[in-house]
Amino acid sequence: MVMLTDAEQAMLDGASGAATQKAMELLIRYADALGAERFVETNNVAGVPGSAPQWVKDYYAADGGDYRAVFSRFDLDSDEVVHVPRMNAFSCHLQGGMDPMLWQEQGMTAEAHDNFVSDEAEVAAHGIQILKTCTPYLAGNVPVMGEHCAWMESSAVVFANSVIGARTNCEGRESTSAAMLAKRIPDWGFHRDDFRKGQHSVDVQVPVDSIFEWGMLGYFVGDAVQDTIPVITGDISEASLIRHKHFGAAAASSGGVEMYHMVGITPEAPSVEVAFGDAPKGERFVYDAAARRRIYETLNSVGASEDVDYVMLGCPHYSIEQIAQVCALIEGRKVSPNSALWVFTSRAVKATADANGYTKILRDAGAYLMTDTCSAISQAVPKGTRVAALDSAKQVHYLPAMMGIEGWYGTTADCVEAACTGKWKGRLA
Amino acid sequence: MSDVLDKPRLVIRGRAVVPGIAEGEALVTRETISGWGGVNPMTGTVIESRHELRGQSFAGKVLVFPGAKGSSGWSSIFHMSKLRGASPVAMVFNIMTTKAALGAVVMRTPTVTECDQDPLDAIRTGDWLRVDGDAGTITVWDRKPG
Repeated sequence: MVMLTDAEQAMLDGASGAATQKAMELLIRYADALGAERFVETNNVAGVPGSAPQWVKDYYAADGGDYRAVFSRFDLDSDEVVHVPRMNAFSCHLQGGMDPMLWQEQGMTAEAHDNFVSDEAEVAAHGIQILKTCTPYLAGNVPVMGEHCAWMESSAVVFANSVIGARTNCEGRESTSAAMLAKRIPDWGFHRDDFRKGQHSVDVQVPVDSIFEWGMLGYFVGDAVQDTIPVITGDISEASLIRHKHFGAAAASSGGVEMYHMVGITPEAPSVEVAFGDAPKGERFVYDAAARRRIYETLNSVGASEDVDYVMLGCPHYSIEQIAQVCALIEGRKVSPNSALWVFTSRAVKATADANGYTKILRDAGAYLMTDTCSAISQAVPKGTRVAALDSAKQVHYLPAMMGIEGWYGTTADCVEAACTGKWKGRLA
Repeated sequence: MSDVLDKPRLVIRGRAVVPGIAEGEALVTRETISGWGGVNPMTGTVIESRHELRGQSFAGKVLVFPGAKGSSGWSSIFHMSKLRGASPVAMVFNIMTTKAALGAVVMRTPTVTECDQDPLDAIRTGDWLRVDGDAGTITVWDRKPG
């Protein structure tokens, strides 16, 4: 059984109100399921609190069918509806269901949009920051090394643990909503020093020097080590935020990687010895030319037709650097009448893109810069889409399966080319 | 006669994760399961490309699997499957993760882990199971007794 401090016992007894009491009850059930012995305090929580599609609200119709009902019954898993106050922790809302302006282009109904607007007003009224992105670290929430966080979004979690050295498990909707009130999360997993040590090694024997290559390596690593912690050594170069962002998202999708060590690159891996600590050095996986080809073929195994009618970029949400790169590739060209190009980012980054003229360059080319969501999250693709082209290993893992379409994985340049010609010409160099 | 037929093939002991007792037919997979993007919560059907359970639903079954993977939406997808009446009635898994723990908690499905023998070896799809999330036991029959 998890042990409670006096402050936690007081919350459980209702001293901080009914909602926080329900939050503690859920967190205790969760901590006991994990086998955690105590809680850590957190003041950095990112989730999707209270936002719900209409059918979930309808399910709770007898409880009022509103934000409060969903937050109480679904998020806090409470048997009764309670008053939901402003959140106590610094709390952020991750990605949402549609673009606030381009929702009609995304095929959303007016009813769904009304629900979106209503949820967003509730989120703001409850003191939750409307970041509306899978990349909170690009939109105003950058934790520091060692900071205990409670984050959802597997790609953000793996980035926070691996690249920043912050400490978060891959939390879920209900645990993050509860943590926003109680400012607690079970002291389990990545909050603990011993859990953060490497378990298997990956030896990289082919040059991994571009975002495309980093994404494939990430997909390989997740497939190889599943949900364990890899220690990666070898021919990896030109580390940057966007490469880590793509690598981690891919590794979290093909396996369940929530933290990785790249020796000499990530902060908790100055050496192989430090990365493993006292942990046994598990299995050794080799990423060579054959493995690289196999991963490329796996990522492209759901593509058959070369007639691409949709190109989606921005998984995880594009940084301003990536938007600038796409604009450099597409300026002066046009998206093919047989295709479409949607680029996804956060509202914060879009504000910069607007100022830089990137939003206009994309629009003039016949593309859209969209925020808040992506095609997988919103299950929105241009009408009639049969074949998509993607520069994200994560998105090609999810989108074709979710939408019943074909998908290609390639470089950003391959994807822009496909958008402008309607033809897939990506090849492994 | 029925006593012989009703005798369980095996009793597995583990650690209780979520309390309660439930019975149902086993659905066993050796592959980890993604929630969001891997399961359709409206029907409990696995949709992940190349997954060995692709097209099969865990609705009303006892899901026996190595563990959870993928998106942090795992718990909310399984939670939504519960609202739709499409969730598993109980779960048995090997690898503890925040995703699987939270999903089990909010579905309130009896769940057992850390078993004294590998449930993926000991349990076959179609076996009848009673998962006791109070005692931490899994009782296995070749078919539904009685």
